[in-house]
Amino acid sequence: MRIELEKRPERAEIFAWASPLIAVALTVVTGGLIFALAGINPLKGLYVFFIEPFTSLWSIEELIVKATPLVLIGVGLSIAYRANVWNIGAEGQFTMGAIFGAAVPILLNGWNDPSTLVAMLVLGTIGGMVWGAIPALLKVRFGANEILTSLMLVYVSQLLLDWLVRGIWRDPKGFNFPKSVGFDGWQTMPVIGDGRVNLGTAIALVIAVLLAVLMSRTLKGFEVRVLGQAPRAGRFAGFSSERMVVFAFLLSGGLAGLAGIMEVASTIGQLQPNISPGYGFTAIIVAFLGRLNPIGVIFAGIVLAVSYLGGEAAQVGLGISDKTARVFQGILLFYILACDTLILYRIRLVGRAPAEARAHA
Amino acid sequence: MLEATILTIITAATPLLLAAIGELVTERSGVLNLGVEGMMVMGAVAGFGVALMTGSALLGVVAAALAGMALALLFAVLTQTLVTNQVATGLALTLFGIGLSGLAGERFVGQPGVRLQKLDIPGLTDLPYVGKILFGQDILVYFSVVLVLVVGHVLFRTRIGLVLRAVGDNHGSAHALGYRVIAVRYGAILFGGAASGLGGGYLSLAYTPQWVENMTAGRGWIALALVVFASWLPWRAMVGAYLFATVTILGFAAQGMGLGIPAQFLSSLPYLVTILALVIISKNRLVMRANTPACLGQSFVPDR
Amino acid sequence: MKRFVAIAAALGLGLAGGLAAGAAKAAEKLKAAWVYVGPVGDFGYSYQHDLGRKAVEKALGDKVQTTYVENVQEGPDAERAIERLARDGNKIIFTTSFGFMDPTIKVAKKYPNIYFEHATGFKREKNVATFSARFYEGRYVIGQIAGKMSKTNTVGYIVSFPIPEVVSGINAFMLGAQSVNPNIKVKIVWVNSWYDPGKEADAAKVLVSQGADILVQHTDSTAPLQVAQEKGILGFGQSSDMAKFAPKAQITAITDDWDPYYISRVKAVLDGTWKSTDTWDGMKEGMVVLPPIQNVPADVKALAEGTMAKITAGTLKPFAGPIFKQDGSQVIPAGKELDDPAILSMNWYVKGIDDKLPQ
Repeated sequence: MRIELEKRPERAEIFAWASPLIAVALTVVTGGLIFALAGINPLKGLYVFFIEPFTSLWSIEELIVKATPLVLIGVGLSIAYRANVWNIGAEGQFTMGAIFGAAVPILLNGWNDPSTLVAMLVLGTIGGMVWGAIPALLKVRFGANEILTSLMLVYVSQLLLDWLVRGIWRDPKGFNFPKSVGFDGWQTMPVIGDGRVNLGTAIALVIAVLLAVLMSRTLKGFEVRVLGQAPRAGRFAGFSSERMVVFAFLLSGGLAGLAGIMEVASTIGQLQPNISPGYGFTAIIVAFLGRLNPIGVIFAGIVLAVSYLGGEAAQVGLGISDKTARVFQGILLFYILACDTLILYRIRLVGRAPAEARAHA
Repeated sequence: MLEATILTIITAATPLLLAAIGELVTERSGVLNLGVEGMMVMGAVAGFGVALMTGSALLGVVAAALAGMALALLFAVLTQTLVTNQVATGLALTLFGIGLSGLAGERFVGQPGVRLQKLDIPGLTDLPYVGKILFGQDILVYFSVVLVLVVGHVLFRTRIGLVLRAVGDNHGSAHALGYRVIAVRYGAILFGGAASGLGGGYLSLAYTPQWVENMTAGRGWIALALVVFASWLPWRAMVGAYLFATVTILGFAAQGMGLGIPAQFLSSLPYLVTILALVIISKNRLVMRANTPACLGQSFVPDR
Repeated sequence: MKRFVAIAAALGLGLAGGLAAGAAKAAEKLKAAWVYVGPVGDFGYSYQHDLGRKAVEKALGDKVQTTYVENVQEGPDAERAIERLARDGNKIIFTTSFGFMDPTIKVAKKYPNIYFEHATGFKREKNVATFSARFYEGRYVIGQIAGKMSKTNTVGYIVSFPIPEVVSGINAFMLGAQSVNPNIKVKIVWVNSWYDPGKEADAAKVLVSQGADILVQHTDSTAPLQVAQEKGILGFGQSSDMAKFAPKAQITAITDDWDPYYISRVKAVLDGTWKSTDTWDGMKEGMVVLPPIQNVPADVKALAEGTMAKITAGTLKPFAGPIFKQDGSQVIPAGKELDDPAILSMNWYVKGIDDKLPQ
């Protein structure tokens, strides 16, 4: 018996909505099995993993805090990938954004009014753009493949950050530990509510919506799609694929940089050697999970945030290890990706006997 | 001192080279598998565990390859049969592999492993200067070099290679010509998994015979970058792996000499040099374009 | 979205009701929690802390229930992980890495009835104590051994990151070595990682090729010692006793034993006697432990053991003057010793080291 796919005559809109639910159902079954095998009440396990994150204001807020950088980086990347531009160095652009933006409170520590924050956010965005411009220019000018250059620049940016906070940008009163001065007042993002949610979330949402409009309603969006799907046709239409490379890198790099400065100016509150638990890489999954659609990316960011926070809650509430949570996260992602196939394809099980069972998955 | 440095470089380059060659074949078939890190780390834990339990490093090597293949099979089923997005699936595979290897390796932590023995041919290995470098390595080092030659030969001098490249360059035409695109890709993905697994096994069996969680420490990503660096040509992957290892080791050597250059700068040199080298070789755009698999990362579903 | 949340919450409450019965039973136990920066399977720093957690469970039995969260990055995730443990009903929470300092303080202010213990930091509150180990004491001892045992007068020193703890370790090592061998040289390589076995092995091999015949590490993996064993030279372990990995090469190791401290602190909570303290213990209190010295001649062993006895008794201070900086300027004159703040924030090298620190 084997599985065959059959292309649907058109996108099955119903599955665009149903497929995530099917994926969750499958994960629940598999997860229940894993928990049962590990000697944990499957109901309790699933509750802690998937429901608990939504049961208190605190955990919902934390979910939002975790999802915000993923969404902001993810929407930028989704447009780059639509244009067939392979920026996988968002982690580095995030880091450079943090460095550029943090230069304001570190070098001009006395400056503390609303314009300070604006300057930080603008500089952070520029930092990400600068770091994104390097692979773009190397690609346009020398034809150097951006997968390699953008990835390698991630490590370079992290070492630069390390050098800065261990050396010239170290807090003079910090007992020579590797951290900068702490930011306060208008050097940090205004908080919304009494938890850690801040203005950054609103900014990320607005940008996601704007980009959704850009993609669906403007000529630029059309250009992105055409050059991504049929570069030759795009060139006949007078679009420049080289300019598109630069545009995609500046946009995705700038947004990653903005996410970087917003993160150090909110949840961390200072510059230090580790500022990201791999946001720039996780956002790649987010972009694709959101089907490269800015609005989809918002939901995908929340899904990823749940999978991380659920894993952490499971460590605390169930006593499972981080490793088990990671495996579980992997399985969840596999299911979601696999179920997306249903949107475009029918799955048929082809047996030796001619009886064709149509999977009602 | 030169001999010792070269020996260190060879050890540092081999796991990168093994994984890169595997991924190179996968990508030549048009499939982008970003799960190299996950497959490597699974290879590392399986190789270590089997060698520890059986006492045979060679069985460990076999297990490493099989573990890498097992993860690759999962990737193949998802991306080829269920046509999931390759980039996202590969990244999820890395998360999954790191978690699973940690679980599987829980009881191996803190246990000394079995070391893959180095070749010792009386007379030859004792030759001055070149003896140890040419005749005193472990089998995986020789295997990695042979692999480069064999893959190079198969890709460009045999029918199998021709079909593989055809599938990677234009899966529609390849299908129309009657080649089984999906089957070819399954094979290429499994080969990539086996080689990545070997790269991981090299870490836990020969490089540093021990198991700690996440011991690949990002080498899978470097291997991925090296495939691009190589512009999908096997011999260039070898140049890339050795170049990367050489700059890394020379950075350490410069630190040991106390030259006073910031360690962070020396540590970033391998990445900068790789970028620079890529820029230089990319000038020849014709060669680059000819060797880039045109269907890289695109799913294929035959029309019926 | 709002509706979804509401539905999810309702579902959650229903489930929670069913689970409440199970939770009530555990409530009588004191809940203690740990936050680790690495995986417990690193056979190094986090592994050693987790041994301490297990020791607490063993010593206090039914009276406690322990939890841990591993692999918590020193970034935006730290505060959430700590607060989650606070909300989960833990009475005492150990945060075991320097980078958890500010998040620990932030959460502690929100939860004044929970006790926090932060390792290797310098900020305290009414409900936040700090603790660390005087690793440098052990490093002075191994410096003496290395000074005696090196034939090439060259020691290879593999290090992670330039933080004061690491720098004071290098200095204590050098002062110990110079006390028995004025010609000793230390070659330093920073690998920019706490554990990356491959890189540590590379650095070790490079140092050996540059003439080092003793390897010292302030990184967590066993790789450098394995290189020492392979090359037939000597070395010292870090965090855990690594003799199993290099029986012929390991002389001793600088291990952290958190068991007594953790047990006493959790007990203090049980007894209601917990106070915010600043603990910096060393060999005397058994927080820094050197496994039995081996692979050296009897006289070297006797010398090292004598030094350990003097440090334990308090008659020998590794940072007693006169101490000179690299540029020859005197840090502390004879007859005096560096105070704790100076050691805790050390960012300079003693004379004789030719590496440079970022300033």
